[in-house]
Amino acid sequence: MAGDKHIALSDLSQEKNFEFTPKLRKQLMTAIVVGAALLIVGIILWTQGIGLGGEHHGGGHAPEGHGAGGGGDEGGHGAFHWTKRLYAVLWHDSVFFTGIALVGVFFVAFNYLALSGWPTIIKRVPETFGKFLPITGVILLAVFALGGHDLFHWTHHELFDPTSPKYDKIIAGKEGYLNTPFFVIRTVLYFVLWYVLYVLLRKMSLKEDEVNDFYAYTKNPVFHKKSGIYAAIFIVIFAITTSTAAWDWVMSIDAHWFSTMFGWYTFASWFVTGLAAMALYVVVLKDHGYFKYVNENHIHDLGKFIFAFSIFWTYIWFAQFLLIYYANIPEETVYFLHRMEDFKFLFFFNIIINFAFPFLFLMPRAAKRKTLLVKIAAVGVIFGHWLDFYMMIMPGTVGKHSGIGLVEIGMVILFIAGFIWVTAAALAKANIIPKNHPMIEESLHHNI
Amino acid sequence: MAETKKYIVGVFDDEDVLLPAVKKIRAEGVQIHDVYTPYPVHHLDTYLGYKRTRLGKAAFLFGATGTTLAITMISYMLGFDWPMDIGGKDFLPAPNFVPVTFESTVLISALGMVGTFLVSRGLGPGKKATMFDPRSTDDKHVMAINLDKNTKHSKEDIVAILKQNGVTEEPKEVDL
Repeated sequence: MAGDKHIALSDLSQEKNFEFTPKLRKQLMTAIVVGAALLIVGIILWTQGIGLGGEHHGGGHAPEGHGAGGGGDEGGHGAFHWTKRLYAVLWHDSVFFTGIALVGVFFVAFNYLALSGWPTIIKRVPETFGKFLPITGVILLAVFALGGHDLFHWTHHELFDPTSPKYDKIIAGKEGYLNTPFFVIRTVLYFVLWYVLYVLLRKMSLKEDEVNDFYAYTKNPVFHKKSGIYAAIFIVIFAITTSTAAWDWVMSIDAHWFSTMFGWYTFASWFVTGLAAMALYVVVLKDHGYFKYVNENHIHDLGKFIFAFSIFWTYIWFAQFLLIYYANIPEETVYFLHRMEDFKFLFFFNIIINFAFPFLFLMPRAAKRKTLLVKIAAVGVIFGHWLDFYMMIMPGTVGKHSGIGLVEIGMVILFIAGFIWVTAAALAKANIIPKNHPMIEESLHHNI
Repeated sequence: MAETKKYIVGVFDDEDVLLPAVKKIRAEGVQIHDVYTPYPVHHLDTYLGYKRTRLGKAAFLFGATGTTLAITMISYMLGFDWPMDIGGKDFLPAPNFVPVTFESTVLISALGMVGTFLVSRGLGPGKKATMFDPRSTDDKHVMAINLDKNTKHSKEDIVAILKQNGVTEEPKEVDL
């Protein structure tokens, strides 16, 4: 039994703090070089018209939007240009990694509110995820500035002009919400709010580490209490902004279509990815000799989180699908029809990798307790939800010209390397275990 | 009427005394019937040498039964016995079957688990509660040792072993 020995708080000084070693730096640099090389080669091939798919389309009709919200269905734009796919790829990865970063903060926040003790020992890992938020924020805004017209059909002002032949009554009706200034304000606001609360939570957490007398501090844990207040504010903001961000960044690609489940659907996908990412992070750190006091019970709980929220995602996915399937209204079914016909393999693979795989694989108790098995599950789930976001974003933007090629792979390698770089640097700046957290003792003796 | 069984009952105040005591008493070769605690004590199950429950495996099998049952039933009724055109869908619209199949899986596995638990613990209507010492629902940890199953030790031996390991009052004999 790993958890039945008494661990004194003084033993925590034996815990090795994380070091951002030159070796890791070198590995990440290699990954960045490889990713960039793939990206550049891929783009060069694109400029030659290789790898863009649907090469046989002549100019002027570009039917990739397939009417599913009309994304990209703007006649007269001429042949498909590769920059559009590049913007879509950037958008896809930025939205995906924003989710992981945000869920890290969310995880810390809801554990403060739930007064949950067990994750205290691994808390620093999700806590550092938030550090990546400004980067994806800047990328999202830059892509919107450069390629907003390519990705979002609703950004074309003639759609809102009743005298224009392209006047679109449905989209014009949404002008109060879907207009460029408000969109930019919202996006900036999300990142500012999220990042400010991340900084406050992080600051409290680091200040707590400087406390000298642990037992005196636990009588009045000021930093802990303040963290609780910030966490509560964050959760309220998070609840609203994840839904609206999902509408803005993902659902408005197919601007004619809407689903009231969409905010939850995106949140579910983000959440399970973030949980898998932090489980993977913790397990890999443990494999490298850190987190001596993380025992199989902590791993078990992380595994249960992935298991539970994979099912939650499936529930949301299915709830959205079933109602549209059953009601069978053309303007609603077009969203799924487009995906089921043109992305048939991915559409069904999405359910297999994100539901059947974690459900059956993580069901036995042992699978949630063995680091290797949790690693396999986490990698599968993260990859699966990357595809899930691919399925949300690509059909409405690049449609038939989409694919997973050199650029997509290179870009995701760049994002992963960047994410690890930023979070590892932040992790190395503080103790790997928040040693003065009032619930640290409970976490050290976690047993289920 | 079943024959009455003789038990020696030891009362402990503190779980930090109880846990080492369980370990030592078992090391002496005394078989402990059970320990009743007012709240869950971590590691008590491992110290008592309990095997992991197999209820999870039973749950999986019951769940699989529920899934099969639902799919068979709905497919037969709506697809073969009395096919009906509902909303222009196929006669076997798989997505429509999911909610019912899910509910049936949950229902059969839940009822099955409750039933398995009751049968395996010998519980049921009319069962008399086993209460060695009512204070085990208050603030005492109560350890019961079945004398019939500990033929290697005399009653006096067991009382002596309990006393060595920190019981807070004289161990008493209870017949159930």
